[in-house]
Amino acid sequence: MSKILIIFQKEYLTRIRNKTFLISTFLLPLIIALFIAGIIYFATHNSEKTKVAVNDISGDFLNNLQDDSSGVTFDFNQNINADNFSKEGYKAVLIIPKYDSARKDTIRLISEKELDLGTQEYIKTQLGMALQKKLFRQKNFDKNAVDSILQTSITDKYDFDAYKQKEGKIQQSNFWVAYGIGFTSGMIIYITMMIYGMMVMRGVMEEKTNRIAEVMVSSVKPFQMMMGKITGIAAVGLTQFLMWIVLLIILSSAATAFLPHDTLQHIQSASQNMQSSAAAQSAGTASKVSTFLHAFAGTKWILIVFCFLFYFIGGYLFYASLFAAVGSVVNEDAQEAQSLSLPITMPIILSFVIMTTSIYAPSGSLSVWASIIPFSSPIIMMSRIPFGVPGTVPWWQLGLSMALLIAGFLFTAWIAAKIYRTGILLYGKKVTLKEMGKWLFRKS
Amino acid sequence: MNILEVKNLKKYFATQKAVDNISFELKEGSIFGLLGPNGAGKTTLIRMITGIFYPDEGEIFLDGKKFNPNTDTTQIGYMPEERGLYKKMKIGEQAVFLSRLKNLSKEEALKNAKEWFIKFEMESWWNKKIEDLSKGMAQKLQFVITVLHQPKLIILDEPFSGLDPVNANLIKDEIYKLAQKGAAVIFSTHRMEQVEEICDHIILVNKGQKIIDGSVTGVKQQFKENLFEIRFNKIPESQAGPAFDLIGKKDSSLIVKIKDGFSPNDVLQFFIQQKTEIHSFTELLPSLNDIFIKLVEGTPLARQFQPVTA
Repeated sequence: MSKILIIFQKEYLTRIRNKTFLISTFLLPLIIALFIAGIIYFATHNSEKTKVAVNDISGDFLNNLQDDSSGVTFDFNQNINADNFSKEGYKAVLIIPKYDSARKDTIRLISEKELDLGTQEYIKTQLGMALQKKLFRQKNFDKNAVDSILQTSITDKYDFDAYKQKEGKIQQSNFWVAYGIGFTSGMIIYITMMIYGMMVMRGVMEEKTNRIAEVMVSSVKPFQMMMGKITGIAAVGLTQFLMWIVLLIILSSAATAFLPHDTLQHIQSASQNMQSSAAAQSAGTASKVSTFLHAFAGTKWILIVFCFLFYFIGGYLFYASLFAAVGSVVNEDAQEAQSLSLPITMPIILSFVIMTTSIYAPSGSLSVWASIIPFSSPIIMMSRIPFGVPGTVPWWQLGLSMALLIAGFLFTAWIAAKIYRTGILLYGKKVTLKEMGKWLFRKS
Repeated sequence: MNILEVKNLKKYFATQKAVDNISFELKEGSIFGLLGPNGAGKTTLIRMITGIFYPDEGEIFLDGKKFNPNTDTTQIGYMPEERGLYKKMKIGEQAVFLSRLKNLSKEEALKNAKEWFIKFEMESWWNKKIEDLSKGMAQKLQFVITVLHQPKLIILDEPFSGLDPVNANLIKDEIYKLAQKGAAVIFSTHRMEQVEEICDHIILVNKGQKIIDGSVTGVKQQFKENLFEIRFNKIPESQAGPAFDLIGKKDSSLIVKIKDGFSPNDVLQFFIQQKTEIHSFTELLPSLNDIFIKLVEGTPLARQFQPVTA
């Protein structure tokens, strides 16, 4: 036990003091902060206007297409056609032929560069609304009345909220808060399993190619050597994670102090617009923001943080021992490492892909099963927990998932130790998966 | 007292009898040569003694007690042929780390490391990394790390390869000193002249089996071919006698092989009667190199894979 501790210390300290650790720890939050700042900048400075000329031969749509305040504007002009629209300064021209009930004609949107999907969809929706208005008018409905009916949404008259009922108590459900927490935690676990798993693999490969492995195994058991490395790197991961949290807090508070004044104003006015338009539609909507914040505050943070740490460490340990086993059988060849680690990285990537869909149905059978099986449970279960325990995730599921993850870790560690012990001293020989299988069932 | 006792050790791999029933013992203070061609099973044997492999059969006793690979490895210092250290770790820290794995306390490890570094004039290396060292320097460091925890049994696999004569002598002297202090040294090598110089006891392993076991002089006696060199002031005219066969001739000396049933005195008597002056009469003992080649000859250069039926 104490030997594992000595190796743990060595792995931890040498990595923490390494320059790459410092660089990645300080650079990554900076990159994320710049990324977020960039998104905010482009969201508030969305200057790209798409001027569309409309050549309405039918005359049915004249002045009935609404400009989008931030993007698309329409100009009705019979003189613009496919040949001269760009010369006249338009991004695109929309040519609407005369309606002929006998055959179906095509409305053509012509541009030099392909217009983005959002713009195309916007134009299509506007055309549909204009058509509806025209049809209403043909039936002699009042124009203003039609306009106001078409613009009515359910939230003008009512509030709409989803509730969960459990044990007789009715509770407001907050899908997006849970979604945000779940997705972020799942994503972080995914990234850490990959990054630190690979770090374990590279560390083992280094020991093997440096030929220190034989010196080491004459002092310690290969299992102690492997566990010392795995736990040491886990501690590095936790340290890095904590430093990121601290840095992000510092950076975000610094950002509010140092962001350019006009950008801040943009953000403020944007949120004010949102609120005022919401207030205009319904007095109830404004209070939604506060319920949202309330939900955020009411989330069971202690449980979530505990589960996050459990799945963060558990998922890492489950996969890290497998990565260590792969590292022990490869020789200096990076390609070999890649192909042998594929069976390990595949389930990790797959669980992330599953999460992106299963998170929309956290009680669905895919979510439930994937959150119990240890190969995918660290990511999937963590994406479900914020939706509520024991509401969405019953206690038995959480307990079973945790127990299986622990059992799974013991199992992968057992497998890995067997492969590791043989692999670490084997040089110059390419090992196949079949041979690794044989090592598992060989007596020691 | 025996520091190491190996009894009927066996290790069979899927395709080879790597070590096949080897026994030997090793007294404290002795320097022991483990010889054998490539692939003879030396490394497997060493790995069992160092607790890296478990033997299929047989027993190992360390210091009179049954060897326990979980705890007793701290009494062994092993320098493998494939050497290596952590490239990115500072040398001093590395020495302390590796000796702590041998159950030395941090303070003890630090103290011992400092002493050895001073002895080998390596103090300036403490904060350097392995990457900064030459091959010979790294070799010296590896030796220091091997003996830092004062092991009772020191196993050195080709310890002098890549060392210049000055550093090789430095390490050789240290090996003698460690043996005098009571450590037993196993010395695995192909360099026979080093074995003759350093070792007092050897075993020769071939195809997984022990084929010679004895002291260096004893082995030489065992394999002597009754060859003698006789130096004269002038080579006598009659060179054929009943007691010997003439093997070779140099400027002023003859090499003869004494026939069975005759003694050196018979030969001397023959030449004295020739009225020539005899300056010297020396027995020619075979070198370990000759014995090695003679015994191992006929073994295919690369050991063939053989089916194991056991």
